Amino acid sequence: MGRYIVKRLISAIPVLFGITLIVFLIMAMIPGDPATAILGSYATPENVAKLNRDLGLDAPLWQRYFIWLGNMLTGDFGQSFALNRPVLDEVLERFQATLILAGTAFVLCSVFGIIAGVISAANQYGFADKAITFVVLLGISIPSFFLGMMMILWFSVNLRWFPVSGMWPIYGDRDLGALLSHLTLPAIALAVVATGVVARLSRSAMLEVLRQDYIRTARAKGVHERGVIWRHALRAAMVSIIPVLGIQAGFVLSGAVYIEIVFQWPGVGRMLVDAILTRDILLVQGGVVFVAACYVLFNIAVDVAQSLLDPRIKT
Amino acid sequence: MTAFLTLLARNRLALAGLVVMTVVVVLALITPLLPLADPDVTDTGNRFVPPLSPGAWLGTDHLGRDLLSRLLWGTRLSLAVGFAAAVAAATIGAAIGMIAGFYGGRVDNIIMRAVDMLMAFPYILLALAIVAALGPGLINALIAVAAVNVPFFARNIRGITVGIANKEFVDAARLSGLSNARIILTEVLPNVVPVIVIAMSTTIGWMILETAGLSFLGLGSQPPQADLGSMLGEARSALITNPHTSVVPGLMILVIVMAINLLGDGVRDALDPRLKSGALSRPMAATRVDRRSPVPPAQDAAAVLDIAGLQTQFHIKDRVYRAVGGVSLSVKPGECLGIIGESGSGKSVTALSIMGLVASPPGVITGGAARLHGDDLIGMPYRQLRDLRGRAVSYIFQDPQATLHPLYTVGDQLIEAIRAHRPISVKAGRARAVELLKAVRIPNAASRIGNYPHEMSGGMRQRVGIAMALANEPQIIIADEPTTALDVTVQAQILALLDDLRRSRGLAIVFITHDFGVVGQLCDRVAVMYAGKIVEAGPTRAVLDAPMHPYTARLIDCVPELGGGKRRLEAIPGLPPVVDKLPHGCAFADRCDRVQGLCRAGTVALEHTGNRAVRCHFPVNERQAAE
Repeated sequence: MGRYIVKRLISAIPVLFGITLIVFLIMAMIPGDPATAILGSYATPENVAKLNRDLGLDAPLWQRYFIWLGNMLTGDFGQSFALNRPVLDEVLERFQATLILAGTAFVLCSVFGIIAGVISAANQYGFADKAITFVVLLGISIPSFFLGMMMILWFSVNLRWFPVSGMWPIYGDRDLGALLSHLTLPAIALAVVATGVVARLSRSAMLEVLRQDYIRTARAKGVHERGVIWRHALRAAMVSIIPVLGIQAGFVLSGAVYIEIVFQWPGVGRMLVDAILTRDILLVQGGVVFVAACYVLFNIAVDVAQSLLDPRIKT
Repeated sequence: MTAFLTLLARNRLALAGLVVMTVVVVLALITPLLPLADPDVTDTGNRFVPPLSPGAWLGTDHLGRDLLSRLLWGTRLSLAVGFAAAVAAATIGAAIGMIAGFYGGRVDNIIMRAVDMLMAFPYILLALAIVAALGPGLINALIAVAAVNVPFFARNIRGITVGIANKEFVDAARLSGLSNARIILTEVLPNVVPVIVIAMSTTIGWMILETAGLSFLGLGSQPPQADLGSMLGEARSALITNPHTSVVPGLMILVIVMAINLLGDGVRDALDPRLKSGALSRPMAATRVDRRSPVPPAQDAAAVLDIAGLQTQFHIKDRVYRAVGGVSLSVKPGECLGIIGESGSGKSVTALSIMGLVASPPGVITGGAARLHGDDLIGMPYRQLRDLRGRAVSYIFQDPQATLHPLYTVGDQLIEAIRAHRPISVKAGRARAVELLKAVRIPNAASRIGNYPHEMSGGMRQRVGIAMALANEPQIIIADEPTTALDVTVQAQILALLDDLRRSRGLAIVFITHDFGVVGQLCDRVAVMYAGKIVEAGPTRAVLDAPMHPYTARLIDCVPELGGGKRRLEAIPGLPPVVDKLPHGCAFADRCDRVQGLCRAGTVALEHTGNRAVRCHFPVNERQAAE
């Protein structure tokens, strides 16, 4: 197992390089003089020249890439202009908030998605199946940012069950209870679409598995139906559900951008949008590379989980 | 195409989606012609007019602009941008995919590596990076959304193209000296266009949502122009005081995306042939029982298992397949009964019907009884039936590769079989499992118990299958072609093992096979099935020596004999009838060389003479059999 993990990590290295290259090339598309773009059109020529030197922008493209890459490998993601602090510090701090939000949403969508899918498949064409299918359809059709706004309107403003926005109370303790009450709405709003997708996929994976011969064997042994569904069928269906969970993690991470805006959550997504609007290019670059790298590593974890679950995968 | 449309029309939800989508698209198209207020003219004197006000049906927004007008113009813009992004992504993605798939080799490798890299990003990060580089704006958002979706199309189309690039017509085009570009355009493209269109129809909803999302973030359309996303984004600051300005564009996005999803599901269902046949139905815990005729009485009071007039059908759409058409059999304690027939003769369905293991839907038991010591198993409450499964009656199935759970060790599966019926600890269960593996002569049973099925040979796996069947010392074992998937030497070992177990434990065995050689080795009596009915039954030796039904005779002729010298193997010409179109008279008539007019006149009854029975007007070996 250890060797398998190392192997997967090594295979991720070219992907990580590819990510930096793609981000770098996209950023190289910035029309005109990047320094002017960053500083705005009122910048003095001296400042533009200085910034160009500071950024190494007077060097040729490929050299700039390797300078940037080398700096990142030593932990230097550059300096954010708008915030006037190291990019990495800002990204790490913001990513923590995103991780809490997206992580909770990911757990919610995995657990409820799978449960809904299994119940739906086990009662195929029954009332529960139809009800779940309808709710799932609604869930995957509603834009998460709209859902978030409606949840604020209903649960925070009308019912006053939860705070309207933010991660922590402005006054008061930063304890777990405060965090949970702030986290509930955004985590649910973020999880809804992914839950729908996971539920759909779990349902069809279960239907596929329930037709297999070994399910009939389990029934022929006299295993009760609960055991057949949850122990035999779900275990086998997980093999095709887990890769989808990996993909959903990407969707949850993406959706977090909207939810962070709607709920004023101090995460990396809101940071990116602000950075784009203030043209804080290094912060965008650093943030995107960092989050994408985390996502790649997460998907390795998914692969490892998959190999633990399925003894047929050679590790 | 018409068939496809009727299928789509049959799906009411998809039809609803189509209708809604049509209405939305038509409204968007005729928006410039409608008598609407100018969407961008501000009137700060009339800010936040509530909906249903005169002159402003949906009210006005924070700048006093008419919401209905802005909604329709915004919808128009959102649809246009989403559609444009889909077309752009599909075109570029398909071009890349076709080039990669067509040229293969290093070109393919490099392109697909790049595609993989792009797919390693959570999609929005890539879109944000592109917008960051190009600057906020609707066109830039469109480019970002299209670019993010290019890899998806490239990968799909590449897969299809690889399949096409090796087809004969492409080779022919190459040989005729056409340039590669020409071949791609004239031979490959027409074949991938349907796939492109389908992929586009399933992703267009996403594209609309994604561009709306970027606009919502303030990175897409810029004021005063607004698509649905930026309308929602602008309304957010007034969410609490004037929610209608948020609800109006938000609901519109929901309606559009939902309609597209419904339509997409409908298209997918219409195109997926598996859904049509009902093959994706989940089998229920027990076969559905719907007996329309009175339950026939038991025939043999001494039998462990007594099947009387069993009928099992498959109901698929409006067709009815009569897989088992009234089968009566009985097995005494310690006896081995063989059921023999070709594939599709109904022998396996008969066996599975006994404990309600026929997949249902589509299977339905429509008549007859199967009595275990006098208790009818057909229609028995599920709880009781489950208790008997594996305890009183157990099964051995054909292919142990498919019938053992691939993700549990054989030990766990054995322990589960034991614990399903006995409240013993896992530890005691483990000891018993080792015992069982020893009983079926698996060497190193104690260490084998931790193996997964894929770590064992076919013969070993089938021994596990037998051990599992023995786990609770059943009175009867139903073996459904247990040796068919094994090679000949292993087959002989398994048969010897079953025979031993039967003699030492007094087991009754129902042995289903298509091989008379196997029947001869193991079975006391044999029943021959054809097209869902028993055509001949009797003691094995007697039937083998002097078959009475022409079909039995032909089947026996199919068995090659070792050292029997040169003999022509007589294959039976023709195929068994399809069981949803059974002929009026004898089902074997069309393949029989003794057929006469009477055979097709009406149902042929199973005639009993002594311990033999045959369903034929003109049996062979009649004299011999009577002796």
